[in-house]
Amino acid sequence: MDKIADNRAWFMVLPVLVLVAFNAVIPLMTVVNYSVQESFAGNVFFFEGSKWFEQVLHSDRFHAALLRQFVFTGTILAIEIPLGVVIALTMPRRGPWVSVCLVLMALPLLIPWNVVGAIWNIFALPDFGLLGRLLNGIGLHYNFTRQASDAWLTLVLMDVWHWTSLVVLLAYAGLVAIPDAYYQAAKIDGASRWAVFRYIQLPKMRRVLTIAVLLRLMDSFTIYTEPFVLTGGGPGNATTLLSIDLVKIALGQFDLGPAAAMSLVYFLMVLAMSWVFYTVMTQGEART
Amino acid sequence: MDARAAAGGQGLGGVTEHTMTLELRNVTKRVGSEMHVAGISLTLAPGTLNVLLGPTLSGKTTLLRLMAGLDAPTEGQVLVGGRDVTGTPVRRRSVAMVYQQFINYPNLTVYENIASPLRVAHIARAEIDRRVRETAGLMRLTALLDRYPLELSGGQQQRTALARAIVKRAELLLLDEPLANLDYKLREELREELPKLFAEIGAIAVYATAEPSDALLLGGRTATLSSGRVTQFGPTLEVYRRPVDRATAEVFSDPPMNFVAARIVGGKAHLPGGVVLPARGPLAGLADGDISLGFRANHLYLRQPSHDAVAVTATVAVVEITGSESYVHTIREGDRWVALAHGIHELNPGAPVEVYLDPYRMFVFGRDDRLVAAPNFAEAA
Amino acid sequence: MTRIDLVDLAHSYNPQTQSAGEYALKKTSLTFAAGGAYALLGPSGCGKTTLLNLMSGLLTPTEGAILFDGVDVTLRTTEQRNIAQVFQFPVVYDTMSVYDNLAFPLRNRGLRGAAVDLRVREIAAMLDLTPTLARKAKGLTADSKQKISLGRGLVRADVSAMLFDEPLTVIDPHLKWQLRSQLKQLHAQVATTMIYVTHDQTEALTFAEKVIVMYDGAVVQIGTPEELFEHPNHTFVGYFIGSPGMNVLPATINGKTAVVGGHTISLPRFYGKPLASTRTELGIRPEFIRISENGKGLPVRIKRVDDVGRYKLARVALGPLALNVMVGEDARLPADSAGIVFEPGRLHVYVDGHLVEGSA
Repeated sequence: MDKIADNRAWFMVLPVLVLVAFNAVIPLMTVVNYSVQESFAGNVFFFEGSKWFEQVLHSDRFHAALLRQFVFTGTILAIEIPLGVVIALTMPRRGPWVSVCLVLMALPLLIPWNVVGAIWNIFALPDFGLLGRLLNGIGLHYNFTRQASDAWLTLVLMDVWHWTSLVVLLAYAGLVAIPDAYYQAAKIDGASRWAVFRYIQLPKMRRVLTIAVLLRLMDSFTIYTEPFVLTGGGPGNATTLLSIDLVKIALGQFDLGPAAAMSLVYFLMVLAMSWVFYTVMTQGEART
Repeated sequence: MDARAAAGGQGLGGVTEHTMTLELRNVTKRVGSEMHVAGISLTLAPGTLNVLLGPTLSGKTTLLRLMAGLDAPTEGQVLVGGRDVTGTPVRRRSVAMVYQQFINYPNLTVYENIASPLRVAHIARAEIDRRVRETAGLMRLTALLDRYPLELSGGQQQRTALARAIVKRAELLLLDEPLANLDYKLREELREELPKLFAEIGAIAVYATAEPSDALLLGGRTATLSSGRVTQFGPTLEVYRRPVDRATAEVFSDPPMNFVAARIVGGKAHLPGGVVLPARGPLAGLADGDISLGFRANHLYLRQPSHDAVAVTATVAVVEITGSESYVHTIREGDRWVALAHGIHELNPGAPVEVYLDPYRMFVFGRDDRLVAAPNFAEAA
Repeated sequence: MTRIDLVDLAHSYNPQTQSAGEYALKKTSLTFAAGGAYALLGPSGCGKTTLLNLMSGLLTPTEGAILFDGVDVTLRTTEQRNIAQVFQFPVVYDTMSVYDNLAFPLRNRGLRGAAVDLRVREIAAMLDLTPTLARKAKGLTADSKQKISLGRGLVRADVSAMLFDEPLTVIDPHLKWQLRSQLKQLHAQVATTMIYVTHDQTEALTFAEKVIVMYDGAVVQIGTPEELFEHPNHTFVGYFIGSPGMNVLPATINGKTAVVGGHTISLPRFYGKPLASTRTELGIRPEFIRISENGKGLPVRIKRVDDVGRYKLARVALGPLALNVMVGEDARLPADSAGIVFEPGRLHVYVDGHLVEGSA
């Protein structure tokens, strides 16, 4: 549709500009500013150029955190997306149970991150948490505060419990939008359950699943609260994901320069990944 | 005898007299490299009913949106009452629109639905009530005012949408295939009611449709559209009976018009397969050369209509019987012709059939597809 | 080719309540002959789509049975019934090519290779889809998509029946002609039992050998297009078939005469004297009324003449009664008053809406 030109309309955008400036541009510029300087005592600065960036990019510690981050994000995506789709498929499409299911599904999403962390922390404590006692009771040596694998397991479980619902709700929205005629036609064509999924449900869910993957990808990449509340990144550095590491450097060691450089690298990575992913997912649509 | 014009005289109490003319000057709309409508010039007089007739994607909806001001043209101007409104947004124009889908507010009663455009305009409560009831009476919705849209039939829902459009008393009433989603019989009824209604409200009505029968039953003036161009604009029956070119004739025929290539030699029309039509009616006095002949299905006969008609043997492709009439689809020399004949004609596919071409009923198109001669009708409008 | 029998079939969408008014389809018994072309015709909400979905197995009836060639299939699934159905809005598998769309029903039934290829190409040729076979189905026009839906039904050589649920709704008028005659030709070629649901009388009458007219969940009349047109056995059929429908005029009937709008006319047959408590009406189609040249016949006032191109439609008033009269495209009509004559054999008498045959 063509727009009617009237330059006064720009004033309408002004509040948003101010908001974005305070919200994003000014803090970001501060970070950019820090990332190229060395600071002493928090108020004396020297220009350092790209030193911090080189340091970050060559640091083993950063590489390790990055690897852990990729493993974590990959794991939860591999679990949450298929699981969410499967749950959405089993939900009723109409009738009184629809709203019950939707409310149940929405519940985990309503709980604040730190509360989720706290709940799971207590739930999984080996000495008096329900899960922890149960697992040890049946002979498994489970202790997330000591064993890295157990901490990982708990962290992944926690995230799956918290966020699969989001995938379910998105996938469900895609499913209910499919007209009945498609299912009827498929029945008549003798399509198997798998074929119905593959040729009707999956193509129609594609758009919402793109959004789900994007949201989970970016969100899991920036996860902080849960591992922090659970073990603070431990045991050792086992669950020190990127954001935890960043905070350790910035606030634990007050290395503002390297922390700022790392923040920027981190930010650009998320941005680049989201862009690549979105382009790849939407390219097929545009062509067909 | 024309009761439509007579009905217009009564008018609606308190209607401001509409005197605005809508004019499109050389309007073009391109989206990217795609041409949606090209160089359209139309002048719609106040108080007229205008039909935009054309198949899907011929530019009907684009044209309506340009008239409404929902879109701005790429080139050209839109004038209302001589004033250029090309850049004026729809909000500041006096326009009402009705769509193919029945668009009503589901949470409002019929009364509130009809009242909604007036409430937005901050009109006094008593005046709103008066106008809603008046419009409801006109649309035969009085008994349904307290119902909700979902409790109504499709026809009633569309009448509610129409009422909401006319209660505004806009200068321009645009209708985009408003009857396409209705049952056949309902469509028939509304088609009969609409011309009376349009005459009463006195606005410029523009009615877009793909069905020639809609245009014929509505009357008024028709603009035929083909690939984004207006091929002809004039009184509906005149366009039907004297289409200026082949594209217009094709758009304005249902079933599709039959065509055959012919060569005029010594005044007579020679058709493929050695058939010769005498120089009678529209075929009289044609210069030698290649032409094409068009004739509508009801003018391809199974019984000899006049002694000048010439018998031609064709092959039956399929026969459709409607109870009182038969559509006989035939193939001859690579041409597909449909004959619409009275009575029941059970013919077997593949069998030969004698069909009659009547020179008096032929449309003659030149090599440039422009009309050269048309049948002379006793009562052409 | 399968014969389909419906035995006391009834359906209600609400399984709890059992009052007669709740039935979307009231108790119906019907037979569809093997290889026949049928149409179910009626206004929206008359139960025609319900009936279709019961036959295809998308719905299970509340009461009664459905027999395919004498075998009870009431509880069988759509797939077991081996039915093909085409819906109002085209259903295509977007991510597949046109070819794969057509092959889909065959592959689902375990067919592979040359058997599939041969059949797909044959059907594609029949429907003029050959040039688009390699394309993705997604970007095609509505009529091409509907052809694909149609093709998926036709591709299975052994279907018991093909059911159509208003398949031409989304198609342009010009293409409707083409698709409709293609469908008719296809029926001649494949000889499958075909059942076509529509509210459009032209589609129903032109497609079907037999039309089943439905109203309010019940079958009103079954007949050839000719029978429905010439002998509507209910005023609803008279009104619904024909455009415009039959003129139905309140009348007093007495033996061989009728009084209409204060005028007495003679009837071709003897009808006795129906009870005073009944509603008696005369039915005459607009096609069978002549405007007399010399003013003879019933005196009417011409209110309006609509020139529809192919014919003219005169809206006339006989006293307080309104009638439609159809006249030829070249006819000249008197200015405001005229005489009308009913073709004698075309006059029907209805008592409480139902046709009465009368005696000679």
